[in-house]
Amino acid sequence: MENTIFETINLGHGSGGELTRNLLDKVIFNTFSNPFLDQKHDGAIVEVHSKIAISTDSFVITPIFFKGGNIGELAVNGTINDVAMCGAIPKYLSLAFIIEEGLKMEEFERIVASVKKAADESGVLIITGDTKVVERGKGDKIFINTTGFGQVHPKANISVHNIKSGDKILVNGNIAQHGMAIMSEREGLEFESDLVSDTANLNFLVKDLLDAFGEKIKLFRDPTRGGLGTVLHEIANDISKGVFVKESAIPLEKQVAAACEMLGLDPMYVANEGVFLVVVDPSIETEVLALMRNHKRGINAALIGEFTNEHPNKVVMESLIGGKRIVSPLVGEQLPRIC
Amino acid sequence: MKHLSEYRNFEATKKYLDEIHKITTKEWNIMEICGGQTHSLVKNGILELLPEKVRMIHGPGCPVCVTPLNLIDKAIELLEKGVIVCSFGDMIRVPGSKKSLLEAKAVGGDLRILYSPLEAVSIAKQNPDKEVVFFAVGFETTAPANALSVLHAEKEGLNNYTILASHVLVPPAMEAILDDKLCTIDAFLGAGHVCAIMGIQEYYPLVEKYKIPIVITGFEPLDLVQGIYMAVKQLEAGIYKLENQYSRVVKEHGNTAAIKVINTIFEVGAREWRGIGEIPNSGYVVKEAYRKYDAEAKFNISHIKVPENPNCIAGEILRGIKKPNQCDQFGKACKPANPLGAPMVSSEGACAAYYHFSTHLTE
Repeated sequence: MENTIFETINLGHGSGGELTRNLLDKVIFNTFSNPFLDQKHDGAIVEVHSKIAISTDSFVITPIFFKGGNIGELAVNGTINDVAMCGAIPKYLSLAFIIEEGLKMEEFERIVASVKKAADESGVLIITGDTKVVERGKGDKIFINTTGFGQVHPKANISVHNIKSGDKILVNGNIAQHGMAIMSEREGLEFESDLVSDTANLNFLVKDLLDAFGEKIKLFRDPTRGGLGTVLHEIANDISKGVFVKESAIPLEKQVAAACEMLGLDPMYVANEGVFLVVVDPSIETEVLALMRNHKRGINAALIGEFTNEHPNKVVMESLIGGKRIVSPLVGEQLPRIC
Repeated sequence: MKHLSEYRNFEATKKYLDEIHKITTKEWNIMEICGGQTHSLVKNGILELLPEKVRMIHGPGCPVCVTPLNLIDKAIELLEKGVIVCSFGDMIRVPGSKKSLLEAKAVGGDLRILYSPLEAVSIAKQNPDKEVVFFAVGFETTAPANALSVLHAEKEGLNNYTILASHVLVPPAMEAILDDKLCTIDAFLGAGHVCAIMGIQEYYPLVEKYKIPIVITGFEPLDLVQGIYMAVKQLEAGIYKLENQYSRVVKEHGNTAAIKVINTIFEVGAREWRGIGEIPNSGYVVKEAYRKYDAEAKFNISHIKVPENPNCIAGEILRGIKKPNQCDQFGKACKPANPLGAPMVSSEGACAAYYHFSTHLTE
């Protein structure tokens, strides 16, 4: 059995029997070997000496391979970033696969390799996991769930309720890139140069910001599904304050803007990966911007707006021509199932 | 992408806005025909940058909004019969009499959201044992591609492809609005993209008959403020003529190749407009020779007729008699997530544009 080479995943790989063990040993344990995982317990045993942040996320993206990444690194970066947005340093990840029978073994291995690479780059260990196989037609090639655990930064005090009128809103880079890369892949659209997903870990930049500015950082948030517009609206509503942003300040790559125009989509609602917004005390806006622009994940960082006591619960955007409009939350889907 | 930044330029736009302020002495009602223009006016915050005396009235030019309710029910009926229904994204959340296409999809209907009707032809080719229907709605703008899909299906010898057509035409709608006793419109911004296909010749007789200025206008902020400026200038001078602001796209005779394709498949006939009613010679119907590609003829769905929601004032909105925020249901019983009528759904609908972008919200 051990020498049998399977080209595709079948139901037997999820049976819990020999095929499962074979798959786990060859692909999973081999790849992710570490002292916690190698115990091969039903769960992982770790020591914790601080406040911890926990976040879980499921990844159901179509297509599973896209320009700039695949579902594997997305599943790592997405969860790591959610942990980081709590003001924490991600340490451990759980990793659960739901695979539709018929997935090519080579594709599964590529995904696992990219999980490993992304985890290594972020400095996190995969410490427990699960693999299930479902019948053809009952999944969509592969779904991944990851749960991340991180130590809360000792200087962090991240809470939406710390935000005051006058606090500044910055983003670390160009918005809408991931969503449009997926969209162009799915629709078979071709542009002069490829639209590439910007999926990336944000934990190191978050740590640098907390090291430098501590409590003056009020909030981190990554505007994944629903995009920047929806997230800003959520925050405004959570604290009954207004948000004022300038369209001209929002960093948007030319090609992404063109793709949005062509498909009739508003970049404010397009999904992001590798993008976060940070709300800071106005006394440090310049230093925060400088720090971010000096970091590889923040080269295109920009100050996009601020909180205000005017127009509570509303996000108002000044358009390029100086008019004003409301940015309302996304209703339903702008793009089908993007992350 | 060229034209993206220069037509959204602050200084250039401001120059025209200043001019409009300078020349306006009387109150004027100007209707922009096209929903895309409404969307751009609101999204860019142009309405509040205009003088108070210049009021924009939002026209009926949103294809989703004027598609009659019974067409949605017909498409849902097809889905329930096991037909693959293909549609532009905007149509899928519009409520029918009982549910929307999206809800019909959730319970098992095979609904495909496409960017081009030609994709629907490919789907028909890939699924020879299934019937495939494209929900062909729109003004003159989408008619050529929809007609072309029929020609492609014919060329491929497909017998499983039809269109559920609800094509409407702009000039008859403008006449219907002008003939309305409640009409207060002093000038029109013509629909730029419709004219890109059809040319502008149909509009000369309208200008003469109703003695009203018409300025064919584009969609970017600079286009719109320039179009408004041209209209106000005529009004203030007491003259009326047809002008073409959007000449970089719109030619006198339009796109003759596209018109030829339209005329191969469609002929002009009576059409029902949601909220307005039936207007003679106001739309395209599939010609007799191509009747086998007409879903209404192929499937037994012509009997489906349903009344509009009595609480929805879409008709008055579409005729420019009321503004969205003058509706009692606006933002209350009627929101984009739970719309009473189509203008709250479509990205080009006046109600949705107000709800999403307008800072004039009363709440």
